[in-house]
Amino acid sequence: MRRFTKTTIAAVAALSLAAPALAEDTIKMGALATLEGAFTVLGEDSMRGVELALEEFEYTAGGKKIELITGSSDASPDSAIRAARKLVEQDGVQILVGPLSGSEGLAVKDYAKTQPEVTFVNGSSAAQDTTLRNPSDNFFRFSTEGAQWMAGLGEYVYNEKGYRNIAVLAEDYSFPYTQVFGFLEPFCRLGGKAPVDARFWVPIGNKDYSSVIAALPDDVDAIYVALGGADAVNFLTQYEQAGGDLPLIGGSITVDQTVLGSKGRTRDFIIGTPSAGPISDTWDDPRWSAFVEAYKAKFPDGFPSPSLFAHAYYINTKAALLALNEVDGDLSDGGVKLREALANLEFETPTGMVKLDERRQAVADIFLTEVIEGPDGNLLNKTIKVIPQVDQTFGLSYDDFLQYGQVSRENPSCE
Amino acid sequence: MDARRLLSGNFSFADLHPGVLLVIVFLLAYPGFASDFFVFQIGAYTLILGTIALSLMMLGGYGGMVSLAQLTVAGLAGYLVAIVGTNSVGVMGLGWPWWITVPFAILAAAVFSALIGAISVRTEGIYTIMITLAIAVAFFYFVRQNYVVFNGFTGFAGIEPPTLFGVYWRDPVPFYYLSLTVAGGFYAAVLYASRSTFGLSLQAIRDNPRRMRALGYDVTLHRVFAYFLAGLIAGTAGVLMVWFNGRISPGSVGVDIVIDILVIAVVGGMRHPIGPFLGALVFVLLQNFAIDLIDRERFNTVIGLAFLLVVLFSPDGLLGLWQRVRPKLRFARTARYEAGRAEERDRQGAGPLEQT
Repeated sequence: MRRFTKTTIAAVAALSLAAPALAEDTIKMGALATLEGAFTVLGEDSMRGVELALEEFEYTAGGKKIELITGSSDASPDSAIRAARKLVEQDGVQILVGPLSGSEGLAVKDYAKTQPEVTFVNGSSAAQDTTLRNPSDNFFRFSTEGAQWMAGLGEYVYNEKGYRNIAVLAEDYSFPYTQVFGFLEPFCRLGGKAPVDARFWVPIGNKDYSSVIAALPDDVDAIYVALGGADAVNFLTQYEQAGGDLPLIGGSITVDQTVLGSKGRTRDFIIGTPSAGPISDTWDDPRWSAFVEAYKAKFPDGFPSPSLFAHAYYINTKAALLALNEVDGDLSDGGVKLREALANLEFETPTGMVKLDERRQAVADIFLTEVIEGPDGNLLNKTIKVIPQVDQTFGLSYDDFLQYGQVSRENPSCE
Repeated sequence: MDARRLLSGNFSFADLHPGVLLVIVFLLAYPGFASDFFVFQIGAYTLILGTIALSLMMLGGYGGMVSLAQLTVAGLAGYLVAIVGTNSVGVMGLGWPWWITVPFAILAAAVFSALIGAISVRTEGIYTIMITLAIAVAFFYFVRQNYVVFNGFTGFAGIEPPTLFGVYWRDPVPFYYLSLTVAGGFYAAVLYASRSTFGLSLQAIRDNPRRMRALGYDVTLHRVFAYFLAGLIAGTAGVLMVWFNGRISPGSVGVDIVIDILVIAVVGGMRHPIGPFLGALVFVLLQNFAIDLIDRERFNTVIGLAFLLVVLFSPDGLLGLWQRVRPKLRFARTARYEAGRAEERDRQGAGPLEQT
C-alpha cells in the first residue's frame, strides 16, 4: 500500500512537472503577408521565403519547436493591423514576421509599441520612416529599405552614363517617394537636375500613359521610372509604341523578372537600363547560387528565381531563428534577451553580411545592375557592382540626415 | 414587440421574448468572459460594421433603395475626424476639441448622405446601385489623389478617441461598451422608426410610389430624408471606425470594402434590423478565422463559398434561413403535441386547433 502511494505521488509529481515543460517546448511564430488583393503573388513568394528559412532550421530553434501561424492582409494598413492583432492577441505568437508593403510596415510599427512583450521582425516593407523616425524598440528590420536600395545608382548614371537632366515617372505613394529620394539625393548633390515639374506621379494600377508620354520634356537625357509589375509593362509598351527613344533608369521593382519576362518588343529598348536593389538574379556568388538552388528545389512552381520579397522574408525569419538559438529559446522574460540578441546579431545572408544600426535597421550590401541580353535570348540583370554595407543615413550622422526632411514628391527639390 | 407600446407606457419587460432578454444579458456580460481580442476585434468591430450595414438595411429594406455609398458616408465622417481633429501626420489636423469634431463629422456625413440621396432618388433598382457605386468609386479616387486636404495615398494616422471621465476609450472594454451603446441605440431607433408614421410611409413608398404620390405624399422628400437618417447612422459608425483603426486612408473606403458592407447586409438579411448584425458577426468571424480552417492560399474561397451557400439556400440571408427553419421546428413540436391530443379532440368533436 505504502509503495503504491509513493508511486502515485511520484507519478503525479512527474506529470505536474512535465506538463508545463511540454507547453513551453514550442515557440509560436507568426508570419504576415499579403495573401489577398493586388499583391497576392508577392505575398505567396514571401511565405516561400519564411518556409525556406524554417526548413533550414528544421522548424527548431534554441532546442524548441517552432509553430508557424500565418496571417493575411490585403496591403492596406487597416487589414495589416487586424491580422497582426489576431496573431498576437488571439493566437499568442511571441515573434511576428511581416508585413510586406511600406504603409503596412508603418502601421505595424505603431502597433508594436502597444505590445512590448512581443518581438516584431520586418517582412519586406521598405518605407523609410518605419525605422528612421519614431522607431519602436521591439521592431527589427534585417532587410534594407527603398532609399538604401538606390545606393550608387545616382552616382553611376551621373559619372558613367553622363546624364545631367532627368525626368521622373513613379507611382504616387510612399515606397516610390522613398526610391526617388534615394536616387535623386546623390544625383542632385553631384550637380544633376530633375526639376519638380518634370516629375510625373501616377496612381497604382494606371493603364493609360499617353498623357504622361506626351508631357515628357524633350531636353532630358533619361527617364527614371519607378513603377511595379503591370504598371511597368504598360508604360514600357506604350512608350515604345509612341516612338520614345530616351534611355531609362529603373527603380528596384521596375526591371525585375516579372517585367523582363514579358513578351513583346519592349525588350529591345530596355537593354542597358541601369537599376539597383537588394538582390541581383545573376550574382555570381556561391552564397546566392546556393539560395537560388534551395528555392528552386523546394518550390518548383515558384518564380524562376526568388523575388526580393522571398529574400527579405527569408533574411528576417532567419535572423529571428538565429537569435532564438543564441538565447536557447528562452522567452520567459517577455523576450528581453531575445531582442538584445537580435540587436547585436550579425550574420551571413545569401547577399552578404547584415547587421543592424542603433535604430534596428539593417546595414547590408546593395547591387547595382544593368539589363543585358543573356546567351539564350532572355533578358537578365547583370551585376555591375556590389556597394558594400549601405546604411540608412548614407553615411551621414542621424541628425544630419534628418535635415533632408521626410520623403515626398518634392524632396529633394533638385533645381 | 410593438415599439410604440414602449412609448405609450404599456411596455413591460414581461413582453420581451426570453430569447431577446438572453441576448441582451449576453451582450452586456460578454467582456466579462471574453479575451481582449474577442471583445475588441470581434465584438466591437462586428458592432461597427453591423451599424454601417444597418444604415444600408434601413435604406434598402424599408426604402427599397440599395445604396452602395454607405461606407463612403462613414469614411467621410472618419476623414473629417482626422482633418478637423488631431492626427500625427502633419497634414491638416485643425485641432478642434472632440465635442465639436464628432458632431460636426456626423452631421457633415449625414448632409453628404442626403446629397447622395438627392442625386440618386429619381432612379430605381439597379440604377440606384450603379449611381451610388459611382459615387463611392469617385470618392475613393478623389481622396487618393487629393494631397492638400485628404493627404492622398498615405491618409491619416494617429487618430485618438478622447480620454473622458478618466477612461481611455480605445481600451477594449470601454470601446466595446461605446460601440454597443451606439449600435443598440440605432437598432432600437430603426426598429421604432419603422413603425412610425415616417417609416410606414417610407415602406408604402417602397411598395408603390405612384399611389403614394397620388395620395399627396412627397416621395422625393421622404427618400432624401431617409438618406439623411441613414447618414447619421453611418456617420456615427464611421467615427467609431476611425477610432477603432486609429488611422484612415483610401484603402479604408475602397471598392472592396464598399462591397463587403453590401455582402454583410445581404448575408444577414434585409428584412429586419437584426440582420446586418448577424451578417457582420459571420463576416468578422470568417475574416479572422477562415485562414485557420484551410491552407492559407485558399481561405478566401471558404469565405466566398460560405456566403454563396447562405444566399443560395436563402435569398433573404441568415434571417430568412431562421424564418424558414422556425416554422418547421414549431411544426414538429406541435405535431407531437397534437398527436397526443388527437384522440381526445376527436372525441369532443372539436375543430382543428387554430394555428398561431
